[in-house]
Amino acid sequence: MKKMINNINLSEPLFKPVAKKLLIKNGTVIDAYAEKEFESDILIINGVIEKIAQSIKAEKGCEVIDAKGMYISAGFFDMHVHLREPGYEQAENIVSGTNAAMSGGITGLAAMANTTPCVDNKFILKDIQSRSKELLVTVHQIPAVTIKREGKVLAEMTELAENGALAFSDDGNGIQSSETMKGALEYAKMFGTPILVHPEDHSFTEGVMNESFTSTELGMSYIPAIAESINIARDIEIARYVDGKVHFQHVSAKESVELIRKAKKEKLKITCEVTPHHFSLTDDKVRTFSTDYKMNPPLRTQEDVDAIHKALKDGIIDVIATDHAPHPSEKKNVEFDFAPFGVLGLETMFSAGITYLVKPKKLSLMEFLKKITVNPRKILNLEPDLLKKGRTAEITIFDQNKKWKVDRRKLKSLSLNTCFHDDTHYGKVLYTINNGKIFKA
Amino acid sequence: MDDRLGDKQLLKIKHLLGIKGMCKEDLDLILKTSVSFKQILDTPNKKVAALKGITVVNMFFENSTRTKISFEMAEKRLSADVLNFAASSSSLKKGETLIDTAKNIEAMKIDMVVMRHSTPGAHKMLMDNLDSIIINAGDGAHEHPTQAILDLMTIVEHIPDLKGKRVTLVGDIVHSRVAMSNIHALKIFGAKVQVCGPSTLMPRDIEKMGVEVIYDLNEAIENSDVMNILRIQLERHVGASFPSLREYHNYWGITNEKLARAKNDILILHPGPMNRGVEIDDDVADGDHQVILDQVLNGVASRMAVLYLLSANIGGAK
Repeated sequence: MKKMINNINLSEPLFKPVAKKLLIKNGTVIDAYAEKEFESDILIINGVIEKIAQSIKAEKGCEVIDAKGMYISAGFFDMHVHLREPGYEQAENIVSGTNAAMSGGITGLAAMANTTPCVDNKFILKDIQSRSKELLVTVHQIPAVTIKREGKVLAEMTELAENGALAFSDDGNGIQSSETMKGALEYAKMFGTPILVHPEDHSFTEGVMNESFTSTELGMSYIPAIAESINIARDIEIARYVDGKVHFQHVSAKESVELIRKAKKEKLKITCEVTPHHFSLTDDKVRTFSTDYKMNPPLRTQEDVDAIHKALKDGIIDVIATDHAPHPSEKKNVEFDFAPFGVLGLETMFSAGITYLVKPKKLSLMEFLKKITVNPRKILNLEPDLLKKGRTAEITIFDQNKKWKVDRRKLKSLSLNTCFHDDTHYGKVLYTINNGKIFKA
Repeated sequence: MDDRLGDKQLLKIKHLLGIKGMCKEDLDLILKTSVSFKQILDTPNKKVAALKGITVVNMFFENSTRTKISFEMAEKRLSADVLNFAASSSSLKKGETLIDTAKNIEAMKIDMVVMRHSTPGAHKMLMDNLDSIIINAGDGAHEHPTQAILDLMTIVEHIPDLKGKRVTLVGDIVHSRVAMSNIHALKIFGAKVQVCGPSTLMPRDIEKMGVEVIYDLNEAIENSDVMNILRIQLERHVGASFPSLREYHNYWGITNEKLARAKNDILILHPGPMNRGVEIDDDVADGDHQVILDQVLNGVASRMAVLYLLSANIGGAK
């Protein structure tokens, strides 16, 4: 576990209060909600957008950010994060996790419920909410669908929804019982919140990587792609039957993408996300035997990556979300079979998107930004139109072309398990602003 | 230096982690050296001083009788100091990490590590963290390179040129490190490789390794020059992918009756330990075509060769 970098305590918030008057000058505003890109200045007073216009004059006492050559976007949103608090604070805590988020340009996130204890009741939900206050990053804690995420008894969803639950998820576990899944979807309809589904059929032998020619050559135990797609097929059927709202998490296989494509043609209420590692890397990486490439769902083949690129372009995949899963090095630095699943994501979500999608022209910058700003907020019923006078300034300023080398030791997360260590990435976040607070990279 | 050995040549590899990626020259040199050691093993003085002063530790995190004894014998015949460490890999999971265990042992000044482990790639971790020479004695279903070398040595004693000859691996391919290493080695020597067994014991896309997949054992027996019969792990299979040992024996067990359709000089190998009455019948296991005990002796000779040739890198493995 990292506690410090350059004498900075990673468990202390790294933001500052935003100046009373802040003027962002000479930048290009890219508004993925309005789908517009234009040169403009933005004046922020007391953390609220006062004016978006060209050539705003800096008044006396106004702090100025010169954003020449930079883009100004709505703050990024990551709807799939493990903050590890409570229970696994050696890996991450709410402050270090949100430090990592804002350093990656993320101003809002959805935290999953697989903590200890599990977030399956109002009291734990409220406790986490109270500990996530006063931060730059807005933390939305997602409660479990079922008690202890065991897939059997529904959590008290009405009360949880009343206390701010935007969605429910047993993430980490697939809900094995079709009956439970049907019940959860029917119940959640009452408050219009989606169920975020971790699609996995656990009846397949426990494996450590994708079933492919690579697993054959490496002699590794495997998880077939159909362990994911079978569950997706089932839940599409259930969603159609009960007219429920399903969001599929970390979709990784081409089979899954095709099922979702068909379901969307039918106009079912189905959305899905992909992680940066699943659109960037293939299971060939496992040939290094590095546990940095052990995640669930596992890295798949080039064919799957190609299908994901196409589905991102076609709008079949709505959201890019990280599944940020910190683990302390003593847990990861063991034999491949014994290491836990999961990799970091918050600080490389944006740069991985620029490097692997925007630069190679798989997506335009606008299309990419939509998937990390507008779409996740829409799915969780949050306001997606942020760049407006009168709104809290929730803004990320970035340089699309800036090159940097990912160095696990320099990341703000307490953990080191990035799958992009030593890679050259393009796209660097320079400022993140939200809730009257500012982070400068 | 024992003058029975001649000049020591150098391998291109520094460690033996797997057959994949090895060049033919290295395998030729190991085979040639193995033959010299086999000749020495046939003389009254079976011991050479080649590894005198060198310490080898055998770390076995999985049960093994044959491979462990074979390595230990090879090390002793070479006059190495031998240390044995056995534990289940699950106990590693609970307590000290593999790296810590290995570094502790290395701190006592050892030179070479022979390891068996249940996880593919565990040897790579060891290589990255230690200065010692690493030899893989089996890692999960990944590789078992010395088994492939001793199998190759045994086959070549009867068939000097493997080009175009058909070698069939029979049985549990999906869980077999022996199969993987054998496929790599046999391909390097130009053999046609075939895998035979029930479809549920064939790993995905195995054809991409350049082997033919065949389910019918009788057909395989007819077209093969060599058959390597893999062990069925009795505790592992019965369930969703394996009906019963009875059915396995009936359709994929090698019997004299089935062998009647084979070429006259077919060679039968088995890496051991055998399940008589399951994958191989008594009359085949003790019959005229088998070279199973030759494999055992060749195992010692070829492991001597590997240890001896790799010892040239001691102190400069990285």
